[in-house]
Amino acid sequence: MSSSSQPTTPTKSTGLHVGEIKPGVAKKDPILVADGVRRQFGGLVAVDVEHVEIPRNAITALIGPNGAGKTTFFNLLTGFDTPNEGKWSFNGKSLAGVSAFKVARMGLIRTFQLTKALALLTVMDNMKLGSTEQPGERLGASLFPFIWKKKDDEIEAQAIEILTRFKLDTKKDDFAASLSGGQRKLLEMARALMTKPELVMLDEPMAGVNPALTQSLLDHILNLKKEGMTVLFVEHDMHMVRHIADWVIVMAEGRVVAEGAPDEVMKNPAVIDAYLGSHQDTDLGTVTGRITLPTKGKDS
Amino acid sequence: MDFLGILSSTASFILDPTTMAYALAGLGLAIHFGFAGLLNMGMAGFMALGAYGYAIGILTFGLPWYLAAFVGIGASIVFALLLGIPTLRLRGDYLAIVTIAAAEIIRLLLLTAVFADVTGSADGLTGFNGAGGTVTNPTPGAGGFNDANPIPGGEYGFEPFLDNERTWFVRIVGMLILAGATFAVWRLVHSPWGRVIKGIREDEDAVRSLGKNVFAYKMQALVIGGVLGALGGLLLAFSTNVNSSVFVTSLTFFIWTALLLGGAATVFGPLVGSVIFWTLQAFLGLVFPALAKAGLLPFSGIQAAQIRFIIVGVILVLLVIFRPQGIFGNKKELTFVK
Repeated sequence: MSSSSQPTTPTKSTGLHVGEIKPGVAKKDPILVADGVRRQFGGLVAVDVEHVEIPRNAITALIGPNGAGKTTFFNLLTGFDTPNEGKWSFNGKSLAGVSAFKVARMGLIRTFQLTKALALLTVMDNMKLGSTEQPGERLGASLFPFIWKKKDDEIEAQAIEILTRFKLDTKKDDFAASLSGGQRKLLEMARALMTKPELVMLDEPMAGVNPALTQSLLDHILNLKKEGMTVLFVEHDMHMVRHIADWVIVMAEGRVVAEGAPDEVMKNPAVIDAYLGSHQDTDLGTVTGRITLPTKGKDS
Repeated sequence: MDFLGILSSTASFILDPTTMAYALAGLGLAIHFGFAGLLNMGMAGFMALGAYGYAIGILTFGLPWYLAAFVGIGASIVFALLLGIPTLRLRGDYLAIVTIAAAEIIRLLLLTAVFADVTGSADGLTGFNGAGGTVTNPTPGAGGFNDANPIPGGEYGFEPFLDNERTWFVRIVGMLILAGATFAVWRLVHSPWGRVIKGIREDEDAVRSLGKNVFAYKMQALVIGGVLGALGGLLLAFSTNVNSSVFVTSLTFFIWTALLLGGAATVFGPLVGSVIFWTLQAFLGLVFPALAKAGLLPFSGIQAAQIRFIIVGVILVLLVIFRPQGIFGNKKELTFVK
């Protein structure tokens, strides 16, 4: 792998929780707290989370089998869906009844499992849409370019800076429709960063992305943490989860069944039973030489 | 066959207030469908409200013509809000169903004999444009649109645009409205506001996740497009009497054809599309009866005039299959499958 020349072991945040580790354990500094959030679709209880807290300035992975309610939980937290009952808050402010766009304005930005690039807009226009500070987006002001032109140039400079980081700067004038699936994932993440979020929620950021691009996506996610953001992501790639997550929350059948640091959680029999399957060897990563586990010696 | 006469009559359609009215409505539809992705199938309803609001404002409420014009525009805004509040939260196709039904409701309300005192029922409304009445229906009156005409009486221009001062006044007002509306729309769609509504056209959830109030933007687009439609109706009312039989569903589809011909997601497409569409209509409507009269077609003159609708239908089908982006549309946009 091309990653062999770079340090592959990121700095993990530890000591995030308070007290004994169990599902719903309190965190020292939670950014997002959900309490009794329940969503039913007819007879099916898609999400039934008693209590969960997301630690601030850390990377938290949300894992679980297909149909566990991870994406529904994402939708509920971001205002794209409304739970039947429960309360949840972001930075101490209740989000119950707050519409999706207001949640986004508060600094909680999400991406989608099925990438939503705005196909017939250019890459640059996609990026500019992410900015929340453009006065020209108001109908009245939009008619007078002198109100918004200067801000637009600033936003463009900011967009180019982020696009360069994601290696998309050469594509800035192309339609987003011309990007490959992986590039669209990158664009969606880059666009989310334009909003200057506090908490980024990524729904399967690695799905359908080739290994080399995965590596660079991982670095981007680690950078988000370095810049002071909090990341919550859904992912099925366990190597990646072990590699970058500081904390793992496991959902099954709508409930949080386990929590903890990645390596501890993956030894949990309930997790192996519900999700990983008994064949999942925790050493697989080191066997293939792809990653070095943080808690193991550098034996690869 | 008087071919020159036919060409001359056809050419007069280029500057016809009707063509401008349809261009305005097409511009409104470009905002709705081309930029915001709203499937409005009820443009005829917006136009009817503009025309009738104006006429009723004068005849029933006795307002001066310029205030009555605002009644028409205000009616279209209320109509857009009424349509938008329940439907804009739903998926796009529902808006199409609701607008087509709502436009029919408007037309039938204008047609029913119950409100004949106000709407004139099947006869429509006449004589609201003041001195000399409307262009096609001169009825004496005072303080109307025609009294505001600063052009001295007489014939102006050259064939085929040789007309009296009333027609020229409507043309000039029409051109001013059209130029202003086109400039405003051009500004809007090239601004950050336009970027947001184009984003909503592509994927409204993605735009919502970036902190934009999607509902408010869609409502703004619906209202702006509706007002443009009402301005089109208003222009029709300036030039002639109003009748509910004009604002039928097929009018909506003619405007759609003109829009798709020019290019849905363009500013100048609806203008050029309308001019081409209506001059072509006029040309075919004249040339086929002339051919029938000369014995070259095995139909009666009236039947021959109907052939143009068949041809327009075929053109629409070919257009959508082979050039869906229209004359002015970006070829690149076609490269991608949505």
